[in-house]
Amino acid sequence: MSDRLATRLGPLELASPVLNAAGCGGTGREPAQFFELSRLGAFVTTSVMVRPRAGRPTPRVAESPSGLLTAMGLPGPGIEGFLERDLPWLAEQDVPVIVSIAGNSATEFAELARRLRGVPGVAGIEVNTACPNVEDRGRMFAWHPAASARVVRTVRELTAPGVPVLAKLAPDVTDITTVALACADAGADGLTLINTLDGMSVDTATLRPALSGVSGGLSGPAIRPVAVRCVYQVHAALPELPIVGVGGVASGLDALEFLLAGASAVGVGTALFHDPGAVPRIQRELDEALAARRIGRVADVVGLAHKPAGYVPSLVSPHVPAPAGPADRAEPSAAETKETTP
Amino acid sequence: MSDTPVQTSATVLTVRQVQDYHAMTLVAPAVAERFRPGQFLALAVGGAHSSRLLRRCLGVYEVKPDYGGTIEVVFEDTDPGTAWLAGLRSRDRLDLAGPLGRPFRLPRDPVHCLLVGGGAGGAALFALADTLRRRDCQVHFLLGGPTGRQVFGSRTAQRIGDSATVVTDDGSTGERGTVAEAMPRVIAATGADVVYACGPTTLLRSVTRVAGDHGLPSQVSVQEFLQQTAACGIGSCLTCMLPMYGDDGVTRMVRACADGPVLRGDRVRWGDVGTIPFDALGAPRALSVPDGGSA
Repeated sequence: MSDRLATRLGPLELASPVLNAAGCGGTGREPAQFFELSRLGAFVTTSVMVRPRAGRPTPRVAESPSGLLTAMGLPGPGIEGFLERDLPWLAEQDVPVIVSIAGNSATEFAELARRLRGVPGVAGIEVNTACPNVEDRGRMFAWHPAASARVVRTVRELTAPGVPVLAKLAPDVTDITTVALACADAGADGLTLINTLDGMSVDTATLRPALSGVSGGLSGPAIRPVAVRCVYQVHAALPELPIVGVGGVASGLDALEFLLAGASAVGVGTALFHDPGAVPRIQRELDEALAARRIGRVADVVGLAHKPAGYVPSLVSPHVPAPAGPADRAEPSAAETKETTP
Repeated sequence: MSDTPVQTSATVLTVRQVQDYHAMTLVAPAVAERFRPGQFLALAVGGAHSSRLLRRCLGVYEVKPDYGGTIEVVFEDTDPGTAWLAGLRSRDRLDLAGPLGRPFRLPRDPVHCLLVGGGAGGAALFALADTLRRRDCQVHFLLGGPTGRQVFGSRTAQRIGDSATVVTDDGSTGERGTVAEAMPRVIAATGADVVYACGPTTLLRSVTRVAGDHGLPSQVSVQEFLQQTAACGIGSCLTCMLPMYGDDGVTRMVRACADGPVLRGDRVRWGDVGTIPFDALGAPRALSVPDGGSA
């Protein structure tokens, strides 16, 4: 993999900014039939819950223009099965593993964090806040800054230092920056933006909702502008906090768009269903796009869209290791201040 | 040769209308040489910048690994995606992944096999028939559909099968009746030892029941269910789930694509397909548990 693609998420150094989105890489074994998992910057697991979960009945998916509407109901083997069967395999794959966790109460999130603490092979934790909170009449954690912050704080406190905790946020909230700020205050080491948008479709043949869950999450290129907007807004509010941009990434240029808006890495989701070989392709396209723009490192484009036109990327970013050199630890802050006040 | 599927750009050789269905021959040598009967292909529709993101999972009618590496799929034009496929012309290209899923298990000994098909699903039985005949098995066909136009391959079945029975609801081809009605008679006449089936879920349900009544093992391909519910075809997305008993008697939701499409008929909970049975592993609880229960 080209050095140009190296990036970082808090303490986590990644060889590539291209990850998979939670829930779109199966157990890892399925996409591994089409490309080596080590091509991913990190593998993000399907959200793990405390107990095994069957999910919702079929139909779980409906096609919509440039998107998929899905209501899976968070199916999975539960933490026991995950630790027994899925994680040991992933740990052998030479790729950092970010475990996505989902719970229906802060207590469940706490239990998951406790079970994952100190487990070898866990490089990071992603808190899926788009879960119904049974302690709040089933409303999603993601809808409330305080509820999101509470689970993030709980998980952060129970997770080993050095293992970053990312909060995955939902876009359909009044102001995503408020939720992001609350999660940052609660100790999130990074944010994953965005989860699916709530949507619905009615089947005109059966005259009933197309999904068994009635409403579902919209994903795919259809939601990319929403995702880019969220990343841009949150990066403007929290420029130091690393962001994984997720939402309709299907090409290298899509990935670049997210980096420019302020993401340090991107998650490929629906594209993995449509094109199982999407990850290596997106990586190659991104590498070529950076080269064509004479950009030497991912770090140089992170958040570049926020800078005035004509701004030349510096060699400095808080999220990516600076190139080896004796002076690079001292210079960044000075260089940064100069550039931001043109 | 390897067990892992490949993703490749395939060239269309021909697309032709066969009764109410479309048969498309593709040149994809890497897929053809890996193929085993019962497996399927996941096709991307709409070209490189398509707005339709679901893969179409289609059953395979015939494979010729030594003849240019061609593979022929049969499908019904039911939505804009399959309509796009039906509109392809010779030398067009499309992206496909395959071969996917678990194939039919083959008998060790030369036994009498009954192959039961319904609708376009009948197509998947012909690749199986070839393989069975090479193992000196007797191959008997029983094909059914609402009308003669919806029975795929009845003439081919008569040509290559040791026997072929066709039944239609309206009697337009073969006998009037249903597959379930004709099956006991065909089993008795052919001395079938094992039943293979592919077609609509309702057909597979009755085939499994009749086979069970006669003490015969049944291997059924839920290809049609897969085609209706799948998103990716490779086992990642978990949209094509159906309830099935495991060896331990516990019901689990399994993936039609990666755990199937060929399943043991007697293990599938046919009456509960499309639902999560209350006793399935991880099924939602009827009453919410105060702390940490599933919502």
